[in-house]
Amino acid sequence: MKYNWNWQIFWAPAPDGTGIYLWWLVSGLGWTLATALLAWVIALALGATIGTLRTTPLPWVVRLGNAYVELFRNIPLLVQMFLWYFVLPELLPKALGDTMKQMIPPWASFWPAVLCLGFYTSARVAEQVRAGIQSLPRGQRMAGTALGLTLPQTYRHVLLPQAFRIILPPLTSEFMNIIKNSAVALTIGLMELTARARSMQEFTFQVFEAFTAATVIYICVTLVVVFGMRWVEKRVAVPGLISAGGAPMAGH
Amino acid sequence: MFSGFDFDVIERSLPFLFKEGMTFTLTLTAMAMTGGIVFGTLLAMMRLSSHRLLNVPAATYVNLMRSVPLVLVIFWFYFLVPWIGGWVIGAEQPIQVGAFWSSVITFTLFEAAYYAEIMRAGIQSVARGQVSAGQALGLNYWQTMGYVVLPQAFRNMLPVLLTQTIILFQDTSLVYVLSITDFLGAAARIAQRDGRLVEMYLFVAVVYFIISFTLSWLVKRLQQRIAIIS
Repeated sequence: MKYNWNWQIFWAPAPDGTGIYLWWLVSGLGWTLATALLAWVIALALGATIGTLRTTPLPWVVRLGNAYVELFRNIPLLVQMFLWYFVLPELLPKALGDTMKQMIPPWASFWPAVLCLGFYTSARVAEQVRAGIQSLPRGQRMAGTALGLTLPQTYRHVLLPQAFRIILPPLTSEFMNIIKNSAVALTIGLMELTARARSMQEFTFQVFEAFTAATVIYICVTLVVVFGMRWVEKRVAVPGLISAGGAPMAGH
Repeated sequence: MFSGFDFDVIERSLPFLFKEGMTFTLTLTAMAMTGGIVFGTLLAMMRLSSHRLLNVPAATYVNLMRSVPLVLVIFWFYFLVPWIGGWVIGAEQPIQVGAFWSSVITFTLFEAAYYAEIMRAGIQSVARGQVSAGQALGLNYWQTMGYVVLPQAFRNMLPVLLTQTIILFQDTSLVYVLSITDFLGAAARIAQRDGRLVEMYLFVAVVYFIISFTLSWLVKRLQQRIAIIS
């Protein structure tokens, strides 16, 4: 039993005439990063808003925020991907649904993937933001009130700046999750990194070279993110305010 | 909006969805959870060991698994397991491994990395004096771990372990990429056969939501019950 290794395969011309196989993987990485970054913008904006709303003293807003988080956390990502891709265009008004269905190939799966990952991750970010704000001593909020700050001012100048510094490490792992989770978009036809490795394997039968290359690329991306965020953490650190690693969280 | 819906397709396919699909999903979840927690605990003990030959491989394994997407890991093992199996038994050809065992191995090994991090935190949460007390009583390493440290670590980490299992339950839907008939796979099959994507995928989402939501509510209750009130 012998496996025929062929590491030269990355320089072999790819069958679709776009160049060599290595270029397939690079363009896959490009789609992975584009999807993840755009989805991250949605996730941060929505997640920060909803997470903050869940700590306000308004019971109905809190309940709505909780419902939002539970909705997105309790449905598997793959199922959500199918809902955005297959189901949503059917439920929307006909004109809008048809526009979604008639988009040209990369975009037809790109936009649903971005929205899906963005909303899915926003629920997880919202949970982190809520936990971060609630981990602050109660006196912080009271001090804001005592100084005559309004509720929005208290959040803007007292609570949020501290909370975001505390949750930087968990946000980093959420960002890595969004990069990894973008691989799920291959099920709706997005040619991101894992999909490219998989189709390279199908064309060349060089399974382990293709997957090794994809794995190495993912590890490099992880390292860049980890070191990048460590640098950010150091830059924004406030002397005396310790951002301890919080309680262990389940995740993937 | 729901006027063109055919809810009958769900009723017709219920036996197939649950007897075939959900059974697969739950069996896979249970087996991967058991295997994952056992292997994960061993990995955590290795990582906490002061011996370099133990903690370096364990840390490498955990970090490697945690930086690669699950979908890629599923593909990896789907192709790798037959080769490793053939190599172990010295066969001429890669052996045949069914999709079921391939996914059990994949999810066990993948989730073990996540369970390992939870168990590491759990073991570290046990007060240092407990280990010393065990040693003072003349217990060896395995006895100290088995009778003193691990039972407390499990108890402390039980809610997080269960939450991770709910995530595992949702993650098993990804075996779809191997065209396996798990709950989602079964629904997708019917959806494509009858052209009823909307009804089937909405139904799948609702079922997953009800199960996961109920389980996480139970975990929250458990957490409140076993919490140490300080």
